[in-house]
Amino acid sequence: MAGGKEIKTKIASVQNTQKITAAMEMVAASKMRRAQDQMFATRPYAQRISDVVSHVASSHAEYRHPFLIERPVKRAGIVAVSTDRGLCGGLNTNMFKKALNHIGDLDEQGIEIEVATFGTKALGFFKRIGAKVIAEVSHIGDSPEIGQIIGPVQALLTKYEEGEIDVIYLISNEFVNTMTQQPWMTQLVPVQPAEDKELSHHWDYIYEPDSKEVLDGLLERYIESLVYQAVVENVACEMAARMLAMKNATDNAGAMIDELQLIYNRERQASITQEISEIVGGAAAV
Amino acid sequence: MSTIQVEIVSAEEQIFSGQALMVYAPAVMGEVGIAPRHTPLISPLKPGEVRLDMGDGKEEFFFISGGILEVQPHLVTVLSDTAIRAHDLDEAAALEAQKRAEDALADQQSDLDVAKAKAELASAAAQVAAIKKLRKKS
Repeated sequence: MAGGKEIKTKIASVQNTQKITAAMEMVAASKMRRAQDQMFATRPYAQRISDVVSHVASSHAEYRHPFLIERPVKRAGIVAVSTDRGLCGGLNTNMFKKALNHIGDLDEQGIEIEVATFGTKALGFFKRIGAKVIAEVSHIGDSPEIGQIIGPVQALLTKYEEGEIDVIYLISNEFVNTMTQQPWMTQLVPVQPAEDKELSHHWDYIYEPDSKEVLDGLLERYIESLVYQAVVENVACEMAARMLAMKNATDNAGAMIDELQLIYNRERQASITQEISEIVGGAAAV
Repeated sequence: MSTIQVEIVSAEEQIFSGQALMVYAPAVMGEVGIAPRHTPLISPLKPGEVRLDMGDGKEEFFFISGGILEVQPHLVTVLSDTAIRAHDLDEAAALEAQKRAEDALADQQSDLDVAKAKAELASAAAQVAAIKKLRKKS
């Protein structure tokens, strides 16, 4: 029976792989639920702070914060949010494609870029394409805390304040639903708040202690909250994408096992038939 | 009596959303009391408690360790750095944190450590004060 044993071994190895992918699918599913909860829990803050920022933008302050002022762009900063681990389908690849397109556009206008990355995958990618990575955070874990993201964001904001970069973009993944995640890009700085139409009349806040200090604190928190939201959302995306990828892998492994089993059965049947015909032939000869 | 909409959120979760008669908050320049139809105001907050007058002598307390207060005539938004319900505070833990901070302050090592210790001390002292007030109420 030629190859029977080899096929048996192959089936066993595919079965082992299937066990692993099935386990990873279940782990990702449970982690996704937690990540989704965290994502929804952080939304009120993001919503409120963007409301406040849009109020501020529609006020008639005597002081305009640098984060609110557009200026000609010579250098751009990019905050890229990726996963730490692979095996999550095309999630990172799609995001990198979007980033590459954007970098290409900037390049045509002669704009150089500097990058702050979240996650090892983005770090690896931007190093490979030779971009200047000025800050990175990896191994963020499944429940990111706001303290972890402040460093790299600050690094870019400081450069913005010093005038070394003139615009900062954020690229990450948007969690549409469990089946769909989309690469998503937005401009962090200068802040582009939606103006509140109800507040269009002429008014301004009372600032305590003064407008500069208040706006510094507010806008910094706003930008951090945008990035934090993106990081949290990216974790949910990662888990959803991994769950789907592992479900497909498990299904494929199942199909492969069925096929191999069929080949094995045919092989065995062929060898039995051959043996019988040999015996019959031998008996007739006697 | 007119009321004002109050929203208290922290980066991690929504803490409170509802109507109140008055809002008291620890702004950096001193405590502020906000009644409905207050003029627009925006100010950073220091560690302390946000107190809501719910009417009928009922009050709600929230401990915050800093943040930002925004006032619109019909809306008060508290963007807390971390807001915890005052009920959840563990007095022992707060006292211990205060003691740790005082110890750290006692053996001054560097300016950085001192600044950090002072911030911790302020936060711990505010927590303790919030708990004491709660105790008195109940």
